[in-house]
Amino acid sequence: MVHEDTIFAIATGTGRTAVAVIRISGRAAGDSLRRIAGRVPAPRQAVLAHLRNPVSGDLIDRGLVLWFPGPASFTGEDCGEFHVHGGRAVLKGMLDALSAISGCRLAEPGEFARRAFGNGKMDLSAIEGLGDLIEAETEIQRGQALRQMNGWLAGHVEPWRRIILEARALIEAEIDFADEDEAPSATVLTVGRALAPVLGEIARALDSGRAGEIVREGFSIVLAGPPNAGKSTLLNAIAERDVAIVTEHAGTTRDIIEVRLDLDGMLVVLADTAGLRVSEDPVEREGMSRTRRRIAEADLVLWLTEPGYPSEIPYEFRHDDGKVLAVRTKLDRDPTAGSGTGIGISAVTGQGMAELLTVIKERAGSAIVLPEPALISRARHRRALAAAKDSLQAVANGPIAIEVAAEHLRAASRSLESIIGRINVEQVLDEIFAKFCMGK
Amino acid sequence: MEARQFDVVVVGGGHAGCEAAAAAARMGAQTALLTLSAASIGTMSCNPAIGGLGKGHLVREIDALDGLMGRVADRAGIQFRLLNRTKGPAVRGPRAQADRKQYRLAMQEALGEVPNLSIVEGEAAELVVDAEAVRALVTKDGRRLECRSIVLTTGTFLRGLIHIGDVRISAGRVGEPASTNLSMDLEKLGFALGRLKTGTPPRLDRRTIDWAGLERQAGDAEPQFFSELTDRLLMPQVDCHITRTTTAGHDIIRANLGRAPIYSGAISGRGPRYCPSIEDKVKRFGDRESHQIFLEPEGIDDDTIYPNGISTSLPEDVQRAFVATIPGLECATISRLGYAIEYDYIDPRGLKPTLETKRLPGLFLAGQINGTTGYEEAAGQGLVAGLNAAARASGSSEITFGRDEAYLGVMVDDLVTCGVTEPYRMFTSRAEYRLSLRADNADQRLTARGIALGCVGSLRARQFGEKETDLARAIELARSVEISPSRAARHGLEINLDGIRRSAYDLLAYPAIDLARLRSIWPELGAISRRTGDQLEIEAKYAVYMDRQRSDIEAFRRDESIVLPATLDYRTIMGLSNEARSRLEAVRPCTLGQAGRVEGVTAAALTILLAHLRKQARTLPAKRAS
Repeated sequence: MVHEDTIFAIATGTGRTAVAVIRISGRAAGDSLRRIAGRVPAPRQAVLAHLRNPVSGDLIDRGLVLWFPGPASFTGEDCGEFHVHGGRAVLKGMLDALSAISGCRLAEPGEFARRAFGNGKMDLSAIEGLGDLIEAETEIQRGQALRQMNGWLAGHVEPWRRIILEARALIEAEIDFADEDEAPSATVLTVGRALAPVLGEIARALDSGRAGEIVREGFSIVLAGPPNAGKSTLLNAIAERDVAIVTEHAGTTRDIIEVRLDLDGMLVVLADTAGLRVSEDPVEREGMSRTRRRIAEADLVLWLTEPGYPSEIPYEFRHDDGKVLAVRTKLDRDPTAGSGTGIGISAVTGQGMAELLTVIKERAGSAIVLPEPALISRARHRRALAAAKDSLQAVANGPIAIEVAAEHLRAASRSLESIIGRINVEQVLDEIFAKFCMGK
Repeated sequence: MEARQFDVVVVGGGHAGCEAAAAAARMGAQTALLTLSAASIGTMSCNPAIGGLGKGHLVREIDALDGLMGRVADRAGIQFRLLNRTKGPAVRGPRAQADRKQYRLAMQEALGEVPNLSIVEGEAAELVVDAEAVRALVTKDGRRLECRSIVLTTGTFLRGLIHIGDVRISAGRVGEPASTNLSMDLEKLGFALGRLKTGTPPRLDRRTIDWAGLERQAGDAEPQFFSELTDRLLMPQVDCHITRTTTAGHDIIRANLGRAPIYSGAISGRGPRYCPSIEDKVKRFGDRESHQIFLEPEGIDDDTIYPNGISTSLPEDVQRAFVATIPGLECATISRLGYAIEYDYIDPRGLKPTLETKRLPGLFLAGQINGTTGYEEAAGQGLVAGLNAAARASGSSEITFGRDEAYLGVMVDDLVTCGVTEPYRMFTSRAEYRLSLRADNADQRLTARGIALGCVGSLRARQFGEKETDLARAIELARSVEISPSRAARHGLEINLDGIRRSAYDLLAYPAIDLARLRSIWPELGAISRRTGDQLEIEAKYAVYMDRQRSDIEAFRRDESIVLPATLDYRTIMGLSNEARSRLEAVRPCTLGQAGRVEGVTAAALTILLAHLRKQARTLPAKRAS
């Protein structure tokens, strides 16, 4: 007998809700519908049924039943759904009823997605998209995640991979059938030319900035400046709620405090940092070194200074790309400081706040809005594409020995395959299921 | 019943059998080679050549483990050519035309010099098996050879059936009887048999060919030998010639396709795609007006010419009419007709990486019986099976080669993991770590291992030691001398003027820089011998790629080090698709890495497998503790 568990789980959130969905996947899915709802409905049609415990026969609830026979289902296996009232007792009753059916057990975290992957219903990048969709906080994030889940990246990678495969076949034939008349006469040169469009497309995907990653991870803004420059006050003013302790004493914010904002559908992550000054306190020094790291990684840095301090950005933080913006704070205390570098604001009177927010939205918007949606939404994709690009570049640049070109093309294939999850077992496991949002 | 006691019995005296018997005997096992006729041991039944791309690599590896094929081919070689000479060293393959008779005699002589080896004439009739393993082999005339391991290398003899048009002859080779008892025996033991096909061209009489006007192909001026032990030519050297088929010939074949057994339905076995018969070529590549034919001499005092490229099983009258349409062959006499041969093979997925059958401990299979084609592939398997048959007999541990170590490992892994759908032939593209697995470094990769295993004789061991010392010294010397870019430029070397000093070793990585140019800068490099210098250049050229390949190999070994228990019940692993499950059950891979190479096993399935193993690793110790 082939033994394989049928899994079930509450697909909706925990706690009291109006409606809750229970999902079942596996060979006993049909059986469990029959035994609890009395019948298996026609595929993909919701029917109302009395739901009973299969052992005691007690009525649990009245709810909708759906039947998705495999392989045309989410996991590729037979799947069923119960839509019931979301009370704790109803849910407990349903879970007990399902547990009573032989071969059925509660799903482990991520198990539905894992089965979908295992049955070839989704590739790796689509699974990541699903994870992102569940986590999406803003409209733009949702759109990107949905594209990803529907194969946006895989749809690009797959043709690239095929073209490289064709190039490899030409090169390998040239190597292995050299002495035979029948081999196509391929040279590294012609292959290099054939690969140029792929190389161009990958390079464009990489060059289009970190738009996809910024959408997914949020546009990162770091508030920095000398101690007591009003960083935490500004953070609170923007977030319109208390997230950091605001005091008049310097050096309070030693760690980094983050607040996540939805600005016009864009996720913006504001980070308040430790003030930068000369200090002997080891804790404070550690805080400052973290601040420096954050500044290096940020998409936008607001350099805050209060009246009486030079508003110029210190030399060490000046970035060529203009990502550091000078902001003069506490204009209410010193109205005479109306002129100088950057934007002047007052968190107390609200002066300059609208202007600052407009600038932030513009910066974030231009970082994520592209002529066409970004392909790359995570560092894993970027690494793999960059590696593929380097390999292809080496072939295109030439001159290069044919067996070395073959090696580069093999490496390029492997890099692309790692995006959709065809190779490298350990990595697949660690990268995906370790991070995949479990229990959904 | 007469009974004799051996450790290992090898059945068959072809390329697999010779190598298996010699390897087992070198390991110290008392070995019998059972053959129908001692005089036909070492016969080359197809083309009179050894080596080529991928195949030459295998011969070099066999030689590195002190096997026979390389030495024998060198002794019988009448034309040596290094294929892919214009490409990099990693994809160069040594190849030689061999004098068919000399090869056979040299092989018999070489076997005669191997200690612990007895040649026994007779036909294998029955395997004697008890509950756990093989115990003996009984010949048709009733002699009983007691042993601990048997290596079957039956080639095309298992239910061999020759086709020439609609004429069918039961035979293993032309004029030699097929073996049907053994097939039935193996079937009774539960082995899955399949059917494959291969073919050979009509042989021509040299004296009836009009050589004038045919393109001549000479051997290399400086022959590249297969064996590290060979230092000079032993046979007179000859030329090959090249001619081509014509549209007139294609028309004849097209008109008679229905009479070819592969198209009439008489042949069920599958032939190799990459070595098609001429009727196959004409049918599948209809737009081509001509196909190349190499006219290869079969020997110095032999008037037979092997026309490589026109293997066929068409009827006799068609063969004659077709050959007469080929330039130079208008009046050629056919001394033996071409034919196709169908034979049984055993699904190699039933083998362990030692080539021992999983079903019957002590029984090893090597060569065409495993679905391969080619002398070199057969010999390579013979070597692996022979080493392991001896290891089993003496109770020592299994001897396997990784895909990262040798073409031998690539071949065996391909066979036992993926099985075959057509006769399996080696290509360099089958090796993922091709830049590391070169013909030139076969000894560096394998000889030390062979010495440790005990299959390498003292002569080779000493020579290898000297070569290694010379190379290590040369590399050290080349690394010890350095030059600045500006000074190098004054010597005419084109390198980046980046101020970085480079050693002679670093400079050799540049395509345009060789040792000869560097000697003008550092005369002390002149102390490096020509042979060591060649090796030094290759090592230096690939050094930068080796670093990258090493990390790939490490990743490969990580997956190879994850062992799948032989008792693993795939049915209990949740989430595995039915397809993956049935394929894994059929192969029962030994490691996670091997599982990944099973056709139809996706990364997802591997992930699930790995998760299962990790879970077991976590729960098992806990269970023991409680």
